[in-house]
Amino acid sequence: MSRVAMLRGDNVNRIHWKLGTDVLVGVCHCGAEHESEDPVELWDWLLAHPDGHGVSAPAEDRKLAGVS
Amino acid sequence: MSTFVRDQWYVAAYGREVGRELLARTILGEPIVFYRTVAGEVVALADRCVHRRYPLSESRLDGDNVVCGYHGFTYDTGGGCVFVPGQARIPRTARVPAYPVAERDSFVWVWIGDRDKADESLIPRAPWLDDPGYTTVSGLEPLKARYELLVDNLMDLSHETYLHGGYIGTPEVANTPITTEVDEDRGIIYVSRHMDDAACPPFYAKSTGIDGRITRWQDIEYHPPCLYLLHSRIAPVGVLPNADGTDPDAFHIEVVYAITPETEHSTHDFWAVARDFALGDQEVSDFLAENNRTVVLQDVVALDILEQVIQAEPDGYQELSVNIDTGGLAARRILKRMAGERRKAAVK
Repeated sequence: MSRVAMLRGDNVNRIHWKLGTDVLVGVCHCGAEHESEDPVELWDWLLAHPDGHGVSAPAEDRKLAGVS
Repeated sequence: MSTFVRDQWYVAAYGREVGRELLARTILGEPIVFYRTVAGEVVALADRCVHRRYPLSESRLDGDNVVCGYHGFTYDTGGGCVFVPGQARIPRTARVPAYPVAERDSFVWVWIGDRDKADESLIPRAPWLDDPGYTTVSGLEPLKARYELLVDNLMDLSHETYLHGGYIGTPEVANTPITTEVDEDRGIIYVSRHMDDAACPPFYAKSTGIDGRITRWQDIEYHPPCLYLLHSRIAPVGVLPNADGTDPDAFHIEVVYAITPETEHSTHDFWAVARDFALGDQEVSDFLAENNRTVVLQDVVALDILEQVIQAEPDGYQELSVNIDTGGLAARRILKRMAGERRKAAVK
């Protein structure tokens, strides 16, 4: 299933709940990703950018659906 | 202790509440009196006469001026005193603060903070509420709880199943992935729940004419501190918005909350439900109004209890946050940042 991305800004952090699991996936605005089962830990990781964000995944293709 | 975010616009009232009668309302602990001039402009003044603190809201209008109901001190729309009883001289300090106000989308917004920073372009919008293409029902409920509890409540829709069982919970909710987004620059939190293939509740089948299963989106868009939007979108399975953002083949319900702190332990809970289908259909309006008010009142009862619990407990209670709190945690963080920014600016 494709990931939802509704906000269009350049500095958007996202957390996706992985369906059927207890896992949350954090996606930094830089494209780096990190998995956790604790939303507090995951927000801390996102906000620590760039610390711990060295292995950068390709930035998401931002095909957006109707929100400015 | 509640954390107020000052230097912000807050919804003070519906436009329909403010007229030629004096309306008292406390916003972020500040007592304010609202009224309209003869020409229809909204005025907001501190609700205390400078003389002996008598509430101006317990007074009367003389044209566009307020005449204090105790000794007759008279104030113009800018808060300047224009008449003092028993003497010709008006003391230089005889004035009450006037608040910047703006009418947008059926709401009266008031600026709380440094009035030199009041920029009307910063007011977040809910354009459906006075759009002729929508029919809207709305209300206001007093909440005896700090506003942060209402923010927490609204940012997590999974409580629907338990607190509002039978009203707005649906079985597909548990099997739908949720995405939480934060625009760090604009301070906006967005929580999306997109159900690709869901049963159509009978109410929607009847009021929209959709026959069969639906794509159902429930997207929260929170503009801290005051404006909360819940975009509810219903369309036949597979029908998506156009690339340019238009969405002519779906039906929309825009649920709007304005979360305005009254005191540190109470909140004005404004709610509105706008729809772009069954326009003017009174039966549909009655259903949506009754349904939403019931849900709001269920939340009010629960949050009033929670406020009492929090006030009675010692400091330092350690909460547990789980996956459903991802959006609520984001909202708390942005609110804390906004309150901190203001404090930092004050120190400079």
